[in-house]
This record gives sequence, structure tokens and C-alpha cells, in this order.
Amino acid sequence: MKKLEKPKSEDALCDLVKNAIGNKQTLKIIGGGTRPIGNAVVADSVINTSAIKGVSIFEPGALTLVANAGTSLEEIQKLLATENQHLPFEPADYRGLLGTKGNSTIGGVVAGGVSGPRRIQVGAMRDTLIGVRFVNGEGVAIKNGGRVMKNVTGYDLVKLMAGSHGTLGILTEVAFKVLPMVEKSNTLLVRGLSDVDATIVMSKALGSPYDIAGAAHTPAQNTKNSYAVTSIRVEGFEKSVAYRLSQLKEIIAQEMGSSIIIDVETNAKKSSDIWKSIRDVTPFHNAKGAVWKISVKPTDGAKVVNALSAIMQVKSLYDWGGGLVWLLVEEDTITNAEIVRKTVGNVKGHATLMRAENDTVLKIEAFHPQAKRLANLSNQLRAQFDPHGIFNPQLMEKTSTRTMLEAG
Amino acid sequence: MAHINMPEPDQQIIARKREIVAELIKAIGKEGVIHEPNETIAYECDALTAYRCPPLAVALPKTTQEVSKVLTICKQIGVPVIPRGSGTSLAGGALPTADSIVLGVARLNKVIEIDYDNRLINVQSGMTNLSVSGAVAEGEFFYAPDPSSQLACAIAGNIAMNSGGAHCLKYGVTTNNLLGAKVVMMDGEIVEIGGGQLDAGGLDLLGLICGSEGQLGVVTEATLKILPKPEGARPILLGFDDPEIAGTCVSDIIKSGILPVAMEYMDGLAIKACEEFAKAGYPTNVEALLIIEVEGSQEEIDEQLGKIKRIAKKHKPKVMRESESAVQSDLIWKGRKAAFGAMGQLADYMCMDGTIPTSKLPFVLKRMQEMSKEYGLRVANVFHAGDGNLHPLILYNANDPKEMQKCEEFGAEILKLCVEAGGCLTGEHGVGIEKRDLMNVQFNDQDMEIQMRVKDVFDPDWLLNPAKVFPLKNSQSRRGNYREHYRENYKASE
Repeated sequence: MKKLEKPKSEDALCDLVKNAIGNKQTLKIIGGGTRPIGNAVVADSVINTSAIKGVSIFEPGALTLVANAGTSLEEIQKLLATENQHLPFEPADYRGLLGTKGNSTIGGVVAGGVSGPRRIQVGAMRDTLIGVRFVNGEGVAIKNGGRVMKNVTGYDLVKLMAGSHGTLGILTEVAFKVLPMVEKSNTLLVRGLSDVDATIVMSKALGSPYDIAGAAHTPAQNTKNSYAVTSIRVEGFEKSVAYRLSQLKEIIAQEMGSSIIIDVETNAKKSSDIWKSIRDVTPFHNAKGAVWKISVKPTDGAKVVNALSAIMQVKSLYDWGGGLVWLLVEEDTITNAEIVRKTVGNVKGHATLMRAENDTVLKIEAFHPQAKRLANLSNQLRAQFDPHGIFNPQLMEKTSTRTMLEAG
Repeated sequence: MAHINMPEPDQQIIARKREIVAELIKAIGKEGVIHEPNETIAYECDALTAYRCPPLAVALPKTTQEVSKVLTICKQIGVPVIPRGSGTSLAGGALPTADSIVLGVARLNKVIEIDYDNRLINVQSGMTNLSVSGAVAEGEFFYAPDPSSQLACAIAGNIAMNSGGAHCLKYGVTTNNLLGAKVVMMDGEIVEIGGGQLDAGGLDLLGLICGSEGQLGVVTEATLKILPKPEGARPILLGFDDPEIAGTCVSDIIKSGILPVAMEYMDGLAIKACEEFAKAGYPTNVEALLIIEVEGSQEEIDEQLGKIKRIAKKHKPKVMRESESAVQSDLIWKGRKAAFGAMGQLADYMCMDGTIPTSKLPFVLKRMQEMSKEYGLRVANVFHAGDGNLHPLILYNANDPKEMQKCEEFGAEILKLCVEAGGCLTGEHGVGIEKRDLMNVQFNDQDMEIQMRVKDVFDPDWLLNPAKVFPLKNSQSRRGNYREHYRENYKASE
């Protein structure tokens, strides 16, 4: 059993890191442990940040929230809701998809770079994150950004820390620009479109002035009905939502013909459930096979899926107007994994292996390999932030040429 | 003599000017190289005109390959490189030193691809901000970040400084609208980060480069997010006698769940100057003016403005006036965007750019008025109220060296006040040289050390815009390295 440390403060965490350097020990860093994304980490000890918790600033009139990284996501969402505000990027809950338990922390959301369907409208997690504090690989506490939404003072390490999966430092505090919740949220449901047609419809909607807050497509194979469903979310004040829905229906009918069936989900709970399912990739929970998260230019999503379907058994779900493809590869083999990477690479996208059935995950990189110079830059940055190589070794790149504890 | 110091130029590099110019001409042709003193003088400063120094030479490459060639030469010889967009930086981001080459991207000004289906445009980085919106106007799209200098400023500079604008409360700043970039590293290697997809993958190097003030690499092409134009937009003017009440009104509107695209604030002095200049119909009998703009269809605009008016009424505004036509709306914005020019008609001014938490607005405004009296210098305020990004304009006489020094001191005090209030030194203009020596007000040595280590990775010899952003004493040991090292190498290869 590995040693598990649960520091209660940033100071205590700094001491732990310094001790680890002294003892030449590597550290696996976890928040709530609900999103084990990336290569498997083998380390001497585990640091759990969930005891560094508490919200220090919540100013609804300034749309600002500052919290310690170990604060649970649930607590933050509840607090924001008391003032009718929320984290606009709609962080996904991957517990069902990845078969994990526990409570997600806000630090984990940041480290994992987790954004949901609304990112196409309001930006991703990294776009709403405005400040961080973290402990680097020398046990030194560093701050960057702050609590204001316009800030160009010095380099933007806030973005760099977002989605760095604990390989650059251990987050202790995060600050967000939050947004008001919307009065009304409805979903337009278009029936029976092919993936390619769905992409066209989503592009048309996203190219309209109607401020689309979600554009996703679920092919028939994954729906309870026998037809595919393309979902388009419209949010805002009540009258405005009604107006925009009617305009959108016209645009879609013009594009796909008047025989196209379009339903509108006006029930708040049901509409919210649709997007929760898309956000959390519910159709792939407990499904057999490997799950990939693919990021491509929106119009390339369906092309990639079609190309892969000709070679292997896959199921797919589209979000972000087609730019995010969740792919279930039923037969999880190295060969198939390599084909997925190559196909996605051909359109300059990237594919992350989120969950594997077999031991593919041990043999290939979880993250899409980068071009050589970019990979070098990333490794050199890690060497600057974590000179002893003690944080989450190999999580983002297992073929890294870095030797651990070289300076220790 | 101004008080912001630049490092002593390297006389040995200056002595080799002929040879360096010859190398540059060989690489990119003589039409791309400016080296006569009567011509390099045009590049002696940017919009921070108090500081000037002509560079050794100017290189204006036409292609990414040429940028790569220029950087390769400069790296080999050890010449500092000052990247330059359109030279509109208010922070001295493009100020040269006498031993440096200015690398301008002005000739890289083409649209590479417009892709409405994926809502993006790929451009060369010398294109101006406004011309990007212009290129997609026929498709009913626009590029959201809208700095006041948008007519002139280049995308390269926008990326270097992570520029904002009046409408970023809703649409974000440059970093939120940048999907990909082609970047030339100091050693000449060309890298591509991101592209048409929403995330670039791996560590967020794109987010790191955006706002790095030209110190990490030279961006030659950018993939930018474009947005469908809203059906319509309408501003409303709210005038108050008390700046504090105006501040509370801003906060109440935000709390109510409305997110206007812009919420701009002007104080009495700025209102009068702008009205005089632009005849925008601003009320001149108030001490604080809010310009609040909402977007959507006519009905949606009516609904949102109705809500805003209901909230505003509780604060008893002296003036509450909706724009009645597109012409009037244009005038209202013309007035706001001309604010800096209008103030320039009154006197010389220095424009500050701190951000504060909006809840501290009343305190900071009050304190600034007190400081104005202490220093005996007038200060006008024009700023983005929704996000707390202040632009205090300190009026002074540039021909009076004492007053200029007093003005710089006053400015520094204002920025310190912003940091004390929980904000930052610069919201959208960048650090450059202007705020370089104040960085330690906001950051401790370790916060800066980790940032400088980032530069070590991208530009180990500290040749790209080396004397900017970090206080000279913090960066000294790094900047010192290249000269001896490279001079030796260069000699050896000769």
C-alpha cells in the first residue's frame, strides 16, 4: 500500500514536496480521483489535495469565485446556485464513463481541462479560469493570474496549468469568472439525420445569430428510438428563446427540406437531462470496448467516423457542433488504436484514449503524440516546473526521455 | 531624461552593422531591409512615444520562411530581435534598442482561408484587427476582440499582448478567440500549434504564447474564431451625479442575470472631452456616464433594455437615454473609441490600464481623485466597467520633464492601488517597458522566476524582445549570456 498524504494547507503541501525531493520519491497527484485520464502513473506516494478546501471569495456582482483546489465541485455548484450563477463551461462528470467513485474537486476539473457542451458558446474551462496558485516541483508556491477577468500581467501560466494533469505543479487555489444562469433553456431535436447532415445542420445553427448554447448529435445506434437525434440548445430570456427556436426551425427546414421532423423539448428538467447525458457520455457507460475522445475541426468529425466505420466496429457521439467526437471502438486492439490515431492525425486533430478494455492503455500513449518540437517544448517546460521529475511521472508522455530525479 | 532604463547596447554588434545588414539582404532581398538612419527612425518607438531609440536595422519579411531566415541569422550572430506588429503598443512592447533588429510583420497581410462552416479564418499575422472583421463581413460574421486601435493594430500584436476591447465582457479577449498559430521559434524552426479544432491538445502552448509579448516566438499566421453577427445591437446611456452609484448600478445589472456585451464608464472630464470631439450626444451635466450595449433581435433588445432600465431607475439616474437609430449608436461608440484622441486635444496624457475587482470600483475611483489633488495633475477615467479594466488618463505637459516624472510617479501609484485592491497592473495593454519595473508589486521573485524559465525554454539566449516584461535586475543574468557565448561561436565558424 502506497503512502497517502492529505495535506490541509499549501504550506504543508510545500513541505511534503520538499520531503519527496529529499527522499527521491515520485508523487501521484489526485483531487477527487474521479477522472483518471492519461497514462497510468506509478509513483512512490499519493498526494490527495481534497483537504485543501474552502471558498475564499464569491462576489456575484463581480462574477468572481475563488476557491481552494480541493473544494468539491458539488459544493461550488451549490454555492453559485444560491445566487443563480454557475460555472458556464458545464464541467462533465466522468464517473459513469470511467467507472470511478468519489467527489470531484475543482482543482481536478482544472487539471483535467474538463469542459462540457456549453463550451461552444461561452468558452472552455481554460477560458473562464482567471487565476491559479500552485506548488511547483521544488516545493515553492507560485501565483499567476488573479481574480479579475482582464489581466495580461506577465505570462499566462493560468492557461498552461489548465489541462496540465498535475504534471507541472499541484494546484492549491483556482479563480473563475462565473456567469448568471439562464432564465430558460430549451432544446430543439431534429430526427433522423445522417452524421454528415447533422454536421451541416449544426454548422448552420452555430453560424446563425441565435447564440446556440449546445449542438450535439447522437446517431441512431445510441438512441433509445430507432432514429438519430440532433440536439440544439437555445438559452436566454423566455420570449427570446421562443423567437430563436422558431427562426432555427426555419433555417433547418430550408436546409433539410420541410419533411424533416423537429421537436422541441420545453420541459426544463427533460432538456437539462438531454445535455447531462451528452456531457457525461452516458450512452457509453458500461459499454464494452475502448473509449476515445477526439478533437477535430467540426466538419471533420463525421468524416473521421465514416472512415473508421469502414475498417472497424465503432459507435460515435458528437458534441461541440461535431468538433468533439466520443468514439467507442468495440474491439480494443493496438492495431485499431493506431488506425484511430492515424485517421485523426490525417485531419490534424487529436485523439485521447479515455478508457481501455484491454491492456492497450499500457502499450500506447493515452494522449495524442505531438509534433517533435512541440513535444520537446512540453517536456522542457515540465523540466522547468518540476526539475526533479516527481509529479505524475509519464502521465502525459510515457516515452519521455526525461530521467526521473536526475537532479535529486 | 525618462526614468525607464534600457540595457546598454552592445557596441560590438553595432560595429558589425554592415555585415548584419548584408546577411539580411541576402536572405530576404533589399526591399525587405531598412537600414539607413533616416529610415530606421520611423521604427524608433511605438505608441509609447516618450521612449525612442532607432534600431540597428528593420527586417520586413514577406513569408513565414523569410521570418525563419531572419531569426536564424540573428540567432547565429546573437542580435536581439524586436518583433513588431503595427507599432500601436501603449506599453513600449515594440521599443527597439540600438543593437537590435526590428522584425516587422506588416508585409504578411493576406487572408489564407475563410471557413464559415467551422466559423474560423486563417490569416497572416500582419493583417489589421479591423480588416479581419472586414474579410468576413459579407458572410455576416465578425472577429470579436475590438481594441480601440483596431483600425491600425495587427493581429500579431493582438496575440503578443492578448488584446481586449470594449466587447470582451461577453466575447472574451484574444486568447479566447485564438484557435491556432504558426510560430517561428528564435532558432528559425517553424511550428504549428492548434488549428481548426477547439483544443490544440497537449499542454496549452497556444495559451502560453498568447500574451507573451513577443518573447517566445514570432507568430506569422493565426487561426481565429469568427462569430455570426448579432441581429442588432443598441446602447443605452445612463448618467449619474455620483460615480459610486454608477458603480453599484453596474454590479446590480450583472447580478440580475443580464450579460450586456459592453458596459463602458466615463467620468465628467472624459465625457466633456469626448462630446466636444465626437458630438455623440453625451450628457455633459453628469459626473459618471455608463454606455451599456445589448444585442439580439429588436424584441430581445427591448426586453433586455427594459430590465436594465428597471434596475437603473432604482439608482435614480439623472439621464437615461436609449439610442434611437443606428446612426446614433455609431456616434455613441465613435465617441467612446475616440476617447483617447479627444483627451489628447486637451493635453498630453499617459494612459494607465490596471484592472480591479468591480466591487472595489467606488473605493479606487475615490482614492484616485485624492491622488490627483496630491499630485496636482488632472486624471480622466474611461474604462470597461463590466470587467473592472480601468483606463485612467493622466493629463500633463510632455515638454516639462518635471511634470512628466510626476505623471509617471502618479501612474505607478495608481497601478499599485489596483494591485492592492486585488487587481493587476495591466488588463489589456501589456507590460512592455512601461510596467516592467512594477512587476514586483504584483509578483514576488519566485512568481517571476517561473515565468522567466518559460522564456528559457522557448528562447534560451534571451534574444527575443529581451529587455521587456521582467525588471532588468531579475532578467540580467539571463540576458547577459548570449553575447559572449555567441560571439565566440561565430568567430569560431568564420
